[in-house]
Amino acid sequence: MQRNNPLTLLYDGLIVILALAFAAFFAMQIPTIAQGETIRITLPWVDFLDVNLSFYIDGLSLLFALIISVVGVFVALYSGAYLAGHPQLGRFRLYLMLFMMSMLGLVLSDNLVLLFVFWELTTITSYLLIGFLHETAQGRRSARQALLVTGGGGLAMMAGFVLLATMGGNWELSQLLTQGQSIKEHALYMPTLILLLCGAFTKSAQYPFHFWLPNAMAAPTPVSAYLHSATMVKGGIYLMARLYPVLGGTPSWMVILTVFGAITAVWGSIVAMRQNDMKLVLAYTTLMALGTLTMLLGSDNVVAITGMLTFLLVHSLYKSSLFLIVGAIDHESGTRKLNELGALAGKMPITMVSAAAAALSMAGIPPFLGFVSKEMIYSGAISLKNMSLFTTGSALIANFLMVAVAAVLILRPFFGPAVATPKKVHEAPLRMWLGPAILATLGLVMGVMAATTGHWLIQPAVQAVTNTQQEIHLALFHGFNTPLLLSALTLALGIGVFLAYRPLNGLLAKLESLVPVTGDKMYDHALNGIAKIAHWQTDILQNGSMHRYLATVFATIALAVGYTLFAKGGIVWPDMWPQLRFYEWVVVLLILASTVVTLLAQSRLVAISALGVIGSCVGLIYLMFGAPDVALTQVTVEILVVVLVTVALLKLPGHASVAEPSGSERFGRGVIAILIGSVFTLLLLAVNSVPLDMKITEYFAANSLTLAHGRNIVNVVLVDFRGFDTLGEITVLTVAGITAYQMIKLRLGRSGK
Amino acid sequence: MNNLLVMPIVIPFSAAVLGMMFNKYKMARRGISLAGSLALLVVSTLIMLTVQRQGIFALQMGLWKAPFGITFVADHLTAIMVMLTSIIGLIGVVYSFADIDEARESFGYYSLLQVLVGGVCGAFLAGDLFNLYVWFELILISSFSLLILGGEKAQIDGAIKYIAINLVATLMFLCGIVLLYGITGTLNMADLHLKVKDVANTGLLTGIGVLFIMAFGIKSAVFPLYFWLPASYHTPPVIVSAIFSGLLTKVGIYAFMRVFTLIFTQDVAYTHNMLLIIAGFTMVSGVLGAAAHNEIRKILLFHIISQIGYLLMGVALFSPLAMVGSVYFLGHIIIVKTNLLLIGGIIKRNAATLELKLVGGYYKSAPILAIMFFVSAFSLAGFPPLSGFWAKFVLIKSSLIQGSFGIAATALAVGLMTAYSMTKIWGEAFWKPNPQEDDCSKQALSNQERYLMYGPVIGLTIMTVVMGIWAQPFLEMSNYAAQELFNPANYVKAVLGVMP
Repeated sequence: MQRNNPLTLLYDGLIVILALAFAAFFAMQIPTIAQGETIRITLPWVDFLDVNLSFYIDGLSLLFALIISVVGVFVALYSGAYLAGHPQLGRFRLYLMLFMMSMLGLVLSDNLVLLFVFWELTTITSYLLIGFLHETAQGRRSARQALLVTGGGGLAMMAGFVLLATMGGNWELSQLLTQGQSIKEHALYMPTLILLLCGAFTKSAQYPFHFWLPNAMAAPTPVSAYLHSATMVKGGIYLMARLYPVLGGTPSWMVILTVFGAITAVWGSIVAMRQNDMKLVLAYTTLMALGTLTMLLGSDNVVAITGMLTFLLVHSLYKSSLFLIVGAIDHESGTRKLNELGALAGKMPITMVSAAAAALSMAGIPPFLGFVSKEMIYSGAISLKNMSLFTTGSALIANFLMVAVAAVLILRPFFGPAVATPKKVHEAPLRMWLGPAILATLGLVMGVMAATTGHWLIQPAVQAVTNTQQEIHLALFHGFNTPLLLSALTLALGIGVFLAYRPLNGLLAKLESLVPVTGDKMYDHALNGIAKIAHWQTDILQNGSMHRYLATVFATIALAVGYTLFAKGGIVWPDMWPQLRFYEWVVVLLILASTVVTLLAQSRLVAISALGVIGSCVGLIYLMFGAPDVALTQVTVEILVVVLVTVALLKLPGHASVAEPSGSERFGRGVIAILIGSVFTLLLLAVNSVPLDMKITEYFAANSLTLAHGRNIVNVVLVDFRGFDTLGEITVLTVAGITAYQMIKLRLGRSGK
Repeated sequence: MNNLLVMPIVIPFSAAVLGMMFNKYKMARRGISLAGSLALLVVSTLIMLTVQRQGIFALQMGLWKAPFGITFVADHLTAIMVMLTSIIGLIGVVYSFADIDEARESFGYYSLLQVLVGGVCGAFLAGDLFNLYVWFELILISSFSLLILGGEKAQIDGAIKYIAINLVATLMFLCGIVLLYGITGTLNMADLHLKVKDVANTGLLTGIGVLFIMAFGIKSAVFPLYFWLPASYHTPPVIVSAIFSGLLTKVGIYAFMRVFTLIFTQDVAYTHNMLLIIAGFTMVSGVLGAAAHNEIRKILLFHIISQIGYLLMGVALFSPLAMVGSVYFLGHIIIVKTNLLLIGGIIKRNAATLELKLVGGYYKSAPILAIMFFVSAFSLAGFPPLSGFWAKFVLIKSSLIQGSFGIAATALAVGLMTAYSMTKIWGEAFWKPNPQEDDCSKQALSNQERYLMYGPVIGLTIMTVVMGIWAQPFLEMSNYAAQELFNPANYVKAVLGVMP
């Protein structure tokens, strides 16, 4: 499996170095930011839309940037070994690198449009990475589902950004952060909030959009570790935290975030218990984490925000570590199903120790950082002014289930009876155990050095989110208080659940079956619904019938123009009945009679002849009004048309092969014909009520001989005054001639080429 | 210098005539057409530079001064459109070398293509309403000719529907012109801009305006008048569909932009609201049509319709910013939609079909093609940082600022549906394993054909990327065009020689 040629190693190395460079750069910014300063860099980009390449580093963006680059280092290191020998490894590296840079761009952007650009780039790279195993239908479906769900949310968010920038009069976040008060009182606050939360909730997989995340586990495991637990899914959390000073703290903000976050957290941890695939276990616990983060962001106190940011950090560490470990187990043993694994501790000792460290952090056992964050979450939840009981209760349920899940993840694969696995198990190669080990160790070190972590990493982020200069203190031991009691309760309940796993499992299954419809099913229904509507529309509109098309077109024209004339008062009735001479009446009646004959004719020949009569009568009218040349042209054309169409009709299949229109169809067509005729009559009557401006005619008459040297004004108009029209018209005739020739001569077969 | 304006007609027409004269010689007819297209590209660049340097300028044919003769006018919008036409013309000619068979070529394919290009340029340059009609007619007959060239059964069926419905549009356009002449006594558009202000019966004027909406609406394939497009565009060789999608419906949109800023602005609340409603339905209806199909070209054709909705939305919102969006969108969509169809053409040559269930595996077997499609498809769906993103962003921004929340929501939803369609094609044609792996009907392209077909595709893909990453100059240019449309005084001055 390991085919490490130098070039492959070089490429792998380049990404690792790039990530390392980012990590080092951001680490160097820690002292500056910890002093409460911010860094802003701006370059012009699309000035027309006030879009700048502006980046903003404060405590919040720095915390995220550090997580992204540090986890990125180990994921890049790991992937080269995990996918060694895969034919599309090059593409994978490219996507992974693009993702890392986009994700960094997302958290560092100061300009809202720039943030959106990076946001969508993470969606696209996520699409490509979920679909990396693209020859499986499951991979394709999951990739597309993630794209459509998060992409849809992204579009709503874009609208929200436009509204936000309109309210704040600025596209730069650093400016908007100071305008929270006026924006919260703006009439557009509610729609903006909902639109932005659509973006955040879809990206961060909050109920009811959570379903795409477990499906995204179709991606290779390093992708799940990186995008779908440590970084991209936290993009929505980042957005909400970032906008906390602008939009946060209102009753609607608090209720929406607390309730949806709690549902996501509790539901995620319950479902996690029921999974057999270790990746799915981790996916659902990620939902628990994302829900908890959202729920805490719904709070209004600094302690809860501190807990939220600490939990964000610790979750990124232990969860990416656990994902990578599951990947290593899968890689070495050929399976990641809990019931197909056992007693791996002896065969994979380093992996086991890392896994244990990560799981202890997840379960919130001292002295791991997970314990610190859990304590902070509890004390924040207790001190909430509103919904304190609800939040505390939800956190408690989610947390004790995490204890149970952590126990399952360690005890079942690594201990217990040995089970035969598809592959013979060895310890994972260096590149695959190093990352998880370091990430898990970081959880321990940071826990032991809680105060330092708090000062350098968490406090600046808390200050950025709350927009205050509040100092915070993290410690392993806060004295004997309610949070500690809750922690003890969490541990006890967690162990209880683990021990009572089997009976509880049945209960959970029942609970799960109570949910009437899952998001995943809803997604399918929505897609099927669209397809159904689409087919319905096509059957009605684009049904292939020429009659239907023309009838629709004419009816639309008649109704639109007719209604406008009527509604806008454009109709002008003539003052008196027209004073026609007797032979003029004859022509008019002849036209009317021929029209009726055309409508009623049973044979095409009769219909076309009747049309010919109408045309000839129009020629007569020209004659009566002193335009014999036009009349001559009209009559000639009319005769030609009748003759040619008749010849063509003789060649066409007879009536028998064409469906005879039914009575109602005939009636419908008659109505449309009469409507369109009436509309044009009304138009003409109205136009005729205005005297014609003869300026141009007079100019032609006056200058035809003197300037254009021609006595026949019509000819001069055709070849000189408006000669360019004539150029176009004769070209039309030429092309028509060529077309007729080619239609007769060139008949390719059905297949063409 | 102003004589430059007639060159976009003279060059293609000359190329057409010369091509016919030397039709017997394959290299000659190809060479002439290629030379004509290159020359047109040069001329369109010169026109663009002139407009940028000296503003709007006009040419009075035969020196008959406006409004008595025929005027050709170039402002930024015209310059942009002529430029785009010359690009699509050139790309069409090059791609046709590989995609058009000997039989079609020998029956004057390149000459017809040049006539079409000349007609389209004429429509963009015309400063006279009747002259615009003449170019519409020429576009119709030459496109009909290209559509039916080859005489395959499906082609004939499609072409008949195409011409029948489009003739209705031509007829309505002509009637509209006649009626407008009846109440104003002029055909020159700049003159009309001044004269319509004196029309007492504004109700009648609005009625005539709606007649123009219907005529241009058929031409640009809006709901519910678009039947001709899906009925015919899938029948000719793919390159013909691609050229049509790049040029034809866009002439209709151009006509909307021109006529509904210059002439029919007396009752914007009514006419432009009607346009907005049409725009919304067109977007939705087009995208649903695409959802109902499983053949690459048919899916793309219905997306032409839905994108027309966006273009019309910018016109309908009737604000400079929205117009910037529409003009930029025109450039974006002409490039991207043509490109997607050209990619379809390569797939069709390779797999002999465009049915999604019969093709697959191009992600693995043709990585370059995959990249080109992916970029274009996501640009079409409006993902940043590609051109489609800025196009939609400007439109949505302007609609939200103007409080038109309904159309903004529609545009966003349709954007998502476009992603739905594009990922459908991507998933089936590129990601899915090839279902006919060992099929001997697969033909490999010769090296020469590969260059001729990939060259245009790569060029157009680069354009959408450049328009996205380096959006500023393109938006600025669109802004000039929009400003000119909303301040017609300069246009009128360039044509009539006097400040209104």
